[in-house]
Amino acid sequence: MELKTKAQAGSFESSDVLIMVEPVEKGAGRKIELSSIVMQQFGEDLLKQINRDLDGYNVADVRIIVNDKGALRPTISARLETALKRAAEMQTGTLK
Amino acid sequence: MMEVKQQTFKRRTMLYIPGNNPAMLQQGSVYGADGVLLDLEDAVALNQKDSARILVSHMLRYISYEGCEVTVRVNHIDTPFGLDDLKQIVPIQPDAIRLPKVETLDEISRIIRLIEEIEDEHHMPHDQMKVHVMIETALGVQNVYDIARYSPRIDAISIGGQDLAADMQLVKANDGVGIDYARKQIVMAAKACKIDVFDTVYVDVENEEGLRDEAEYIKKLGFTGKAIINPRQIEIVNEVFTPTEIEIRKAAKIVKAFERNKAEGIGVFAVDGKMVDAPVVKRALRVLEMADIDVETL
Repeated sequence: MELKTKAQAGSFESSDVLIMVEPVEKGAGRKIELSSIVMQQFGEDLLKQINRDLDGYNVADVRIIVNDKGALRPTISARLETALKRAAEMQTGTLK
Repeated sequence: MMEVKQQTFKRRTMLYIPGNNPAMLQQGSVYGADGVLLDLEDAVALNQKDSARILVSHMLRYISYEGCEVTVRVNHIDTPFGLDDLKQIVPIQPDAIRLPKVETLDEISRIIRLIEEIEDEHHMPHDQMKVHVMIETALGVQNVYDIARYSPRIDAISIGGQDLAADMQLVKANDGVGIDYARKQIVMAAKACKIDVFDTVYVDVENEEGLRDEAEYIKKLGFTGKAIINPRQIEIVNEVFTPTEIEIRKAAKIVKAFERNKAEGIGVFAVDGKMVDAPVVKRALRVLEMADIDVETL
């Protein structure tokens, strides 16, 4: 997936997560800034999940800011997918 | 004719849950509604349609809504969102998909064809996921019987009171007078097709007495249940649609008397001085079914 622009998805509501995605130059790698209300307990799991999802979308170079308000795993994956598709200008069936 | 999997859920209450709200989506089944309606349509802002669609699809794969019938309301096929909703949701096969603002036979046939094309692409059968149709315009009301009987996949129809009132240019809609004809027409179409029928939402969440009155009224009309917009409304509507102890005792008495008389070849008899024939027995059986009482155990 080729990222073209900055994008975000999600919210600061409880049980949600706000994910901001920004393209970076090729070879720069992944820069993931994670903050979570459950950082101590689940921070590492969250990071693993995000990296696994990014592998699935074949995104190697990206800056991601994750602000987690206690989201479940499917919410994290959904918000990341939405933000990536928006950043890749691949989102369909919505009004910008 | 294609046989569609029979539903085994009660359908007294169906709780609308906004499709872009993770907290509500993950808690949807804990409130005691018989079903949850994950909404991609009116409850979602136009610039969040993609987000809601993706969130609901992930939630459906992860959350077990055990004991609850799960229905997803998609956007109308002629909006910029409808086809993408179908492409994303149909492969997950929730219990049912709810189609808003259906007006004509051509329209329902076109949408069901699209659903089945998507199922074919994913090598899925056509007899698992049910289709619920919403009637929300004057034209839809006029065509409801033809729409409802179009496919055996359609196992419920519902009235969308807010949109219908707008379509009818009603200024005051809360008392239900303006949509009364439509309610009755839609119930009759459902009964003719032997499918379930859901009433519209009651928007005044604070008015519990008004909700109870409306639930009792629509029960008398023949509705199977009602859409709910707040968990606070569930208990009241479930209560209205659950038979009372007196009703259950009376029904059990009728069914037992029927079994006794049937063995003696008697079709019409009396219970407590009132005539009982086949339709009365049928209604009594329905009461016991609603109360989860197995006739064999009587």
